[in-house]
Amino acid sequence: MALDTGATAWILASTALVMLMTPGVGFFYGGMVRRKNLISMIALSFIAFALASVQWVVAGYSLSFGPDIGGLIGGLDFLGLSGIGMDAGEGTYPPILFVMWQLVFATVALAILTSAVAERVKLSSFLVLGLLWTTLVYDPLAHWAWGGGWAMSLGALDFAGGTVVHISSGFGALALALVIGKRVGYGEHSFEPTSIPITLLGAGLLWFGWFGFNSGSALAADGLAANAFLVTNTAAAIGALTWLAASWIHGKPSSLGFVSGGIAGLVAITPAAGYVGVPASLAIGAVAGLLCYGCMLLRLRVGFDESLDAWAIHGMGGLWGALATGIFASTAINDYPGLLEGSTTQFVNNLLGAVAAVVWAFGVTFVIAWVIKQTMGLRVTEEEEYVGLDIAQHGERAIT
Amino acid sequence: MHLVTAIIRPERLDFVKKALEDQGFYGMTITEVRGRGEQKGIALQFRGGTMSVDMLPKCRVEVAVADGLVDTAIQAICSAARTGKVGDGKIFVLPIARTVRVRTGEEIL
Repeated sequence: MALDTGATAWILASTALVMLMTPGVGFFYGGMVRRKNLISMIALSFIAFALASVQWVVAGYSLSFGPDIGGLIGGLDFLGLSGIGMDAGEGTYPPILFVMWQLVFATVALAILTSAVAERVKLSSFLVLGLLWTTLVYDPLAHWAWGGGWAMSLGALDFAGGTVVHISSGFGALALALVIGKRVGYGEHSFEPTSIPITLLGAGLLWFGWFGFNSGSALAADGLAANAFLVTNTAAAIGALTWLAASWIHGKPSSLGFVSGGIAGLVAITPAAGYVGVPASLAIGAVAGLLCYGCMLLRLRVGFDESLDAWAIHGMGGLWGALATGIFASTAINDYPGLLEGSTTQFVNNLLGAVAAVVWAFGVTFVIAWVIKQTMGLRVTEEEEYVGLDIAQHGERAIT
Repeated sequence: MHLVTAIIRPERLDFVKKALEDQGFYGMTITEVRGRGEQKGIALQFRGGTMSVDMLPKCRVEVAVADGLVDTAIQAICSAARTGKVGDGKIFVLPIARTVRVRTGEEIL
C-alpha cells in the first residue's frame, strides 16, 4: 500500500504523546509516597521506560508481533528488528514506526506495575523483575490481542490496550504486592503523601498522553481517531466527577480522588474507544469512577498494601472496560455490534479475552516475583526502608 | 514542669510518638530540623561526584512534662528512638519557669 502521510504524521505525534505517560505515572505515584521515597518512585517509571525500550527492540517486538506460533507467542523472526523496513508495507505507515508506537505501550505497562512495590523494592531486583515481566507477561498478552494470537483470532476487541496494558499491569500488581508484602509500619502509622500537586501534575500528563494512546490507536488520521479522542475525554471527565461525588458522601471531595476517577475513566474507555459512541462513553466512565473507588475502599478495608492502587484502577477499570466494549460496541462507529445491539458473541469473546489475561497476568507475575524473592530478594532491608529508598538506593534526596 | 527536647532520627518519629502516647503524653511539638553530632555526616552522589552532607535531617520532639514524669518520658523516647548506631540523637531536659494556656490565660502547673 502507499504510505499515507496524514496517518504517519498522526502516529508519530501520538507516539510522543504516549511516551509522556510513563513519567506521568512516575509523578502520579511519586506525589503519593512519603518524601523519603519521592525520587525512587519517579525514577522507577523512568527506569521502566528505558528497560522496556531496550527489551522491545531486541526481542519484545518479535515476541509480540512476530509470525504466530500456536496462537500463543510471536516467533523470533524480527529479533533485533531484522527485516523491519521504513517503507509502508501492508499498512499505510512505515513498519518501523509501528515498532516505536507499540514500544511506548510496553513501557507504560511496566511503569504502572511499580505501584505494588512502592517504597520497599530493591532496585537491582526491580531490573530483573521488569525484564522478566515485560517478556513473559506483557509480550504474550500483546501477541494474543494484537499480534495475531488466539484472542485476536477469536475476535476479542481491545482497541488501545485495556487488556494488554491495564489488566496486565493491574492484576500483575495484585500478585506482586502479595509476594513482596506490605510496607513496614503499614496500618500502624499514617503515611503522609509528599505532595498532592505532584500527583495532580502526573494525572495531567496522563490525561494528555491518553489522547495519543486511544486516538492514535486508530492508526489513521480520520473520523475514527476523532471519535476515540472525544469518547476518551468524555469518559475521563465523567469518571472524575462520579469518583468525586462518591468520595464526597464518605467525607471531603479530595482532588486526589477526582484525578483517580479521571484515570479510572480513561482506563475503562481504552479498549472501547474505537467501537463505542459518546453516550456509551458517559456510561462506561461513570461506572468506572464508582467501581474503581469501591475497589480501592475494599483494598483498604482488608488492609492489603497494593500501595498505589494499580489493581483497583487499572486492573478493575481494565476488566470493566473489556466487558463494556462487549456491551456497548456499536455498528454506527465500527463493524462490531455489542450486547445492546443483540450480539452476545462479542460480549462472550471479550469476556474470554479479559479473563484469560487476568489469569495469565496474575499467575505469571506471581511466579516471577516468587522466584526473585527466593533468590535475590525483592525488598531492601528494614533499616533502608525506614531511611527511605532515595538515600538508601539512589544516594539522593528529593528536597533539602 | 520540664521541657523534654529530643533530637531523633526522622524514621523513628512514628515510634517515638506512639511510645509517648502509650505513657500518656499526648501534647507535643514536632519540628523538622537539620543538624549534626559527633558523626561527620554522610556522602551523597551528585552529578558523578560526591557531595558531603554534614547537616543531616532530624526531628525535634518537644514535650512539656510534670516533674515526677521526666524519667518516664526519657525512657519512652530512648527505647523507641534507639537503633544502636551512631546518629540516634540526644535528649535535653530544661526547666520551665511558667506555662500559660493561651485560650483561658490560666497558669498550668
